[in-house]
Amino acid sequence: MHPFEYLRPRDLAAAVGESATGNYLAGGMTLLPSMKLRLTSPDKLIDLSGLKDLTGIQAESAAVVIGAMTRHAEVAASAEVRRLIPALAELAGGIGDPLVRNRGTLGGSLANNDPAADYPGALLALGGTVVTDRRDIAGDDFITGMFSTALEPGELIVRVKFPVARRAAYVKFPSPASRYAMVGVFVAETAAGVRVAVTGAAACAFRLTAFEDALQKSFAVESLAGLTVSGDGYNQDLHGSADYRASLVPVMAKRAVAAALAR
Amino acid sequence: MTVEVSLQVNGKAVSAAVDPRTLLVELLRQHLKLTGTHVGCDTSQCGACVVHVDGCAVKSCTMLAVQAEGSSVTTIEGLAQGSTLHPVQEAFRECHGLQCGFCTPGMIMSAVDLLQRNPNPTEPEIRHGLEGNICRCTGYQNIVRAVATAAAKLRGDTAAA
Ligand SMILES: Cc1cc2nc3c(=O)[nH]c(=O)nc-3n(C[C@H](O)[C@H](O)[C@H](O)COP(=O)(O)OP(=O)(O)OC[C@H]3O[C@@H](n4cnc5c(N)ncnc54)[C@H](O)[C@@H]3O)c2cc1C
Repeated sequence: MHPFEYLRPRDLAAAVGESATGNYLAGGMTLLPSMKLRLTSPDKLIDLSGLKDLTGIQAESAAVVIGAMTRHAEVAASAEVRRLIPALAELAGGIGDPLVRNRGTLGGSLANNDPAADYPGALLALGGTVVTDRRDIAGDDFITGMFSTALEPGELIVRVKFPVARRAAYVKFPSPASRYAMVGVFVAETAAGVRVAVTGAAACAFRLTAFEDALQKSFAVESLAGLTVSGDGYNQDLHGSADYRASLVPVMAKRAVAAALAR
Repeated sequence: MTVEVSLQVNGKAVSAAVDPRTLLVELLRQHLKLTGTHVGCDTSQCGACVVHVDGCAVKSCTMLAVQAEGSSVTTIEGLAQGSTLHPVQEAFRECHGLQCGFCTPGMIMSAVDLLQRNPNPTEPEIRHGLEGNICRCTGYQNIVRAVATAAAKLRGDTAAA
C-alpha cells in the first residue's frame, strides 16, 4: 500500500468536508484489498465508523431504513428486517462468508456497485431510495454502470430506504469460490407492481421488464414459462460464458418466484 | 507519519505508534509477537488470519490496525485458560481436525464465533459457518466433526462425541 493519512471524523459535515482530498473507508472489504493491489492509492482515508448518523436499522410503517455503515451480518440478524422484508435479510446473510459479513457494509456495497454484488439487485427490485448527505436518489437512477453510480465526487450515502414488499425473494447462483453472484435474481411484488432485478449477469444490476409484465398478470412460476433472455453484452469470465449466465437468469427467476410464494 | 493506536489484546491493554498502513495482523504478529495468527493469502479469501474484534470474527489482513482503536481483540493465544485448552481447541486435537495446521488458528477462531451465535448447529450450518476459512489438507471432514464435538461439549451434552 502507498502511504496515506488516516482520519476518523466524529460528524458528518467533517467527513464530507475532507472528501475533496480523500476516500471514504467503510468496512474496507473492497477498498483495502484494492489498495494492497495498488489498484487505488488514496492520499487520505476518511473512516466512517465514528459517524452515528450512518448506523442503525429503523422500521417505518411501510419501509425499512438502514444506515450506510450497517454490516451485512446485522441486516441478516435484524428481527425487524426479517419480519418486514425477509428476502433482504436472506440476501445479506448470503453475502460472501461470515467474516466478510461482519465487516462489509450496505453503503460500501452500493457505492462500489460491483457487477456481481447482491444489494444492487435488492435496491432495484424493492424500489429503494439512497439517501445521501445532499439528496434522495431513486434506486433506478442510482445504478449507472459497471462500478459506477449516480454519486457525485464526495457524496456520502447516509442511509437506504427499502419499501416493504407484499412478497419478495432473492435467489443467486454463487461463485463457489467467492460467493459473489454469477447470476442473482430478486423478485418483488411491491405497491408499485412486480419488479424483477438481475445482478451478476451484466455490467451492473438491471430490471427485466418482460419478466415483470408476465408476473404482473399472474404472480406464478408458470407465468415465466418459455421466457428467455439473450446473452448479448453479458459478462464472460472464467466462471462462465455469457450464454451460460443468460440461461441461468430464467432459472433463478423461477426459483425466486417459487420462494416468494412459499413464504 | 505514525498514529497512536490503543486497544485490548487478549485482555491486556496495548498501545503502539503505527504507520496507518499497518494491518491489524501486522500489529499482532510483528509489533506484539503474537504469531499464532497466520497470513495465508493476504487477499481476504482464506481466513487463516481470523481474530475476534469486539466479539466478531474478522479477517485481520483486511483491517487496518487503526480501525481497531478502542476495540477488544482476541487471538488464538487468548483462548486457552492457562494450560487448559478452549473446548474448541481440545475438540480439534481430539478429532484430528487438522493436518499441516496452517489454517487451524483461523478455523478455530471462526468456529468459536459460530458456536457463540449458534450453539447447536447442524452439519450444513457448520459448513456454511466456515465458508470463509480454506483448508487445503483435510477435506474438512474432521474439522466439521471437531466443531460438532465442541458444540456438544459446550452445551454440556454428555452423550456427545
Ligand atoms: C471474500 C469476499 C467475498 C465477497 N462476497 C460478496 C458477495 O457474495 N456478494 C456481495 O454483494 N459482496 C461481496 N463482497 C463484498 C462485500 O459485500 C462488501 O460489502 C463490499 O466489498 C464493500 O465493502 P465495505 O462495505 O467494507 O466498503 P469499503 O471497502 O470500505 O468501501 C468500498 C467503496 O465504497 C465507498 N464508500 C463506502 N461507504 C460509503 C458511503 N457511505 N458513501 C459513499 N461511498 C462509500 C468507499 O470510498 C470505497 O470506494 C465480498 C467481499 C470479499 C472480500
